[in-house]
Amino acid sequence: MKHSISMTVNGKEYSGEVEPRVLLVHFIRDHLGLTGTHIGCDTTQCGACTILMDGAAIKSCTVFAVQAEGAQITTIEGMASNGELHPLQEGFHEEHGLQCGFCTPGMIMTSVELLNQNPNPTEAEIRHGLEGNYCRCTGYHNIVKAVQYAASKQA
Amino acid sequence: MGNLIGQSVKRVEDKRFITGKGNYVDDIKIPGMTYAQIVRSPYAHAKIVKVDTSKAEAHAGVVAVFTGKDFADAGIGGVPCGWQVDFKNGDTMREPPHPILVADKARHVGDGVAIVIAEDRYIAKDASELVEVEYEVLDAVTNPAEAIKEGAPLVHDDIPNNTSFDWELGDKVATDEAFENAHHITTLEFVNQRLIPNAIEPRSAIGLYNEATEEYTLYTSSQNPHLIRLLMCAFVLGIPEHKVRVVSPDVGGGFGSKIHHYTEEVLVIWCSKQINRPVKWTAERNESFMTDCHGRDHVTKAEMAFDEEGMLLGLRINTKANMGAYLSTFAPAVPTYLHGTLLQGLYTTPAIHIDLTAAFTHTNVVDAYRGAGRPEAAFLIERLMDTAAREMNMDPAELRRKNFIPPFDGVEQPGYQTQVALQYDSGNYEGVLNKALELADYKGLREEQKKAREEGRIMGIGFSTYVEACGIAPSALVGALGARAGLYEAANVRVEPTGKVTVFTGSHSHGQGHETTFAQIVADNFGIPLEDVKVVHGDTASVPFGMGTYGSRSLAVGGSAIMLSIEKIKAKGGRIAAHLLECSVDDLEFADGKWTVKGTDKSVGFGDVSLTAYVPHNYPDGEEPGLEFSSFYDPANFTFPFGAHIAVVEIDKETGKVELKRYIAVDDVGNVINPMIVDGQVHGGLAQGIGQALLEGAVYDEAGQLLTGSMLDYTMPRADDFPMFEVDRTVTPCPHNPLGVKGAGETGTIASTPAVVNAVIDALSPMGVKDIRMPMTPERVWKAMHQNGN
Repeated sequence: MKHSISMTVNGKEYSGEVEPRVLLVHFIRDHLGLTGTHIGCDTTQCGACTILMDGAAIKSCTVFAVQAEGAQITTIEGMASNGELHPLQEGFHEEHGLQCGFCTPGMIMTSVELLNQNPNPTEAEIRHGLEGNYCRCTGYHNIVKAVQYAASKQA
Repeated sequence: MGNLIGQSVKRVEDKRFITGKGNYVDDIKIPGMTYAQIVRSPYAHAKIVKVDTSKAEAHAGVVAVFTGKDFADAGIGGVPCGWQVDFKNGDTMREPPHPILVADKARHVGDGVAIVIAEDRYIAKDASELVEVEYEVLDAVTNPAEAIKEGAPLVHDDIPNNTSFDWELGDKVATDEAFENAHHITTLEFVNQRLIPNAIEPRSAIGLYNEATEEYTLYTSSQNPHLIRLLMCAFVLGIPEHKVRVVSPDVGGGFGSKIHHYTEEVLVIWCSKQINRPVKWTAERNESFMTDCHGRDHVTKAEMAFDEEGMLLGLRINTKANMGAYLSTFAPAVPTYLHGTLLQGLYTTPAIHIDLTAAFTHTNVVDAYRGAGRPEAAFLIERLMDTAAREMNMDPAELRRKNFIPPFDGVEQPGYQTQVALQYDSGNYEGVLNKALELADYKGLREEQKKAREEGRIMGIGFSTYVEACGIAPSALVGALGARAGLYEAANVRVEPTGKVTVFTGSHSHGQGHETTFAQIVADNFGIPLEDVKVVHGDTASVPFGMGTYGSRSLAVGGSAIMLSIEKIKAKGGRIAAHLLECSVDDLEFADGKWTVKGTDKSVGFGDVSLTAYVPHNYPDGEEPGLEFSSFYDPANFTFPFGAHIAVVEIDKETGKVELKRYIAVDDVGNVINPMIVDGQVHGGLAQGIGQALLEGAVYDEAGQLLTGSMLDYTMPRADDFPMFEVDRTVTPCPHNPLGVKGAGETGTIASTPAVVNAVIDALSPMGVKDIRMPMTPERVWKAMHQNGN
């Protein structure tokens, strides 16, 4: 049996009909066509699918679409405004915080919450804050610098 | 414009990735597309008694179900191996079929038994659970040293002792003699454990068949689209190659695991024709663990012989290499020509011998994983060097220095001929060590260690100095060594009428930043802005040909192919310019994007020459219109990057947890086009190499079950496992390619594993600890700390 759901994604109203078992990440990717949110592990380990739901960074492979009924969702596609990159997006570019780019959307969305909670984190706090996200390319070195870049830009 | 080479230019490809506009295979949606789920064997070794697909076929939304029998009936053999290594006695390598889906027997956990194709991924998964397979479970063997023993369970009934081939390299007699005359012998026996690459993008493939044109398109997350097309068309399905287009769009990391031709690529293409609809398959992470090619897995005995002064006399290696259940695309080359040939290291060792046996086991296939053979070589050499230094009571840096090959640039001084077939191009090994020692403040570190020990803290310092072979390779040479492919690279550089440039490269970028580095080379050479150059890769329909990206070969081989086309364009552009300026070509010089008559201010710009080439109204006689050249570059030799790394660790007394305090990497990768990108490659490589030392390891139990089959069970490094890395370089150009570059993709992985292990052993040596199995988990370290009654 399908359920009607509606949510606000990147400031736009979306509604659709889904089976109750459909994962939020599949709704975002397959139904809404927002493929910037990636699936790396299907088991909440890698963090590639991280999005913001009502302001909190969540792994969208572990949330059913129906649980997002009425929620405010932000995905990587909603980060830049009026063509201007978010400081975190800018930081990842400036500090070479990405290589293959697959983990990057999840890293950026996780970092949004990290900086929301702690606008001036130490290196150790950044590393701790990114523990839920795997990157296999960068050794995290420049990802840490990217978050530091954004923190100082937003300060 | 100009002077772009050597600059840390920010990457031009970044914007699509940071805004969510990347285009990975799983992002692609095609009208009418179906979704596939593969039914995989849960057993390592089992006879397939019966497969009943009727319930799955009857499930609503299922389009088709195919089994191994369908492929056998269609006469489709399996995916081929691309490298042949014959037995020492000349017998042919034993090369079993690697079926697309198995019909008779499963030979590792994850072997494909059936494929269910449905209207969406959820239905495909539901229905896959309705496929009833009756298995007769058989005994399994997973360790290569056990597999080759008499009486071990056979992976393939017709392959005795599970042996694919045996192999040797070097002078056995001279090496044995060196050991007889040795003053000191250092011996280590260890397992270089199996690793699972885990690119964060799971493998994905879409097959698309066009009934009207009889053409196929394969979208696949591959490092190697042209070779996939060649292998699949010519050796698996017998489809005319020109009727197949292979596209590898954005690919989310590879590290070797996406080089190889996989069964799933054949599955989606063949099935798309059967059902006349597009078929998409995307691996779930547990499928990545079970079926992405694994790496390493050597069981090794390594011995080093020294004289009284600590000079190396000989190196003797015996290795059993695990191939897994079948031979993957490049698998036979990894423990042989990418491993045995690197055993000279950067030392003057006069006698070297390796004896190797390649074994089949009931495990997933093993093939190239970042470094591929070279990390295994560096690991054994560098572990022996640190151990020997301790045993002979010498400083590990000094023992290395003493045995280094003296500097040679490959121009004034000839290349260095090793005892194991290769000739090194250029090297200055003492140079990198000196720089690393300085950067680390080695003297200060040893003092700090002394103080730490007095305070009861456990601190260690570990070295690794290495040389590796990249830029594979002269085609004729690798052909003689068993490669079934050439290993050149192709490029097309097309100057558009307006002077903008499109570069089509056979190298494939899946994180390496080619769209920036290659554009820097072209823009710098033509004296045009970086944004006037676009780099296209990963599509057989537009790129002339390609041998793909692996073995740190993109810049050394792919970049060189681009340079050949650049030179052809400059030459032709010069002829057009000479015509326009009414002078001789010899009177012209090309700089800053224009041809100028020497000693005058008369010049014509790159854009004007480009336009003239396409609007040839006033044009040299006999000159063809257009300004576009394809080139193929076949290297003269491998390239040989090298470096010196130092790891500093501190170990928690209570828990045995190793904390990496500092990591110093000084590498020499020849000339550098983009330092920022090279540093990034080093960082990533370090993470994977350190991961092997401390965290990662695939574990199969005795029944062949993969116990580390998820990211929860297989430990990969996370952000808080590392300090900031201290990375630096020396520059010794490659003497035989036009850019003087060597390759930077694997240095970190090769050097860091032994450096970290050496640091841990250095820390624990006062407790009598000589070796700890990798990964050096807190449990293993704690046990080692307590084994001698400490």
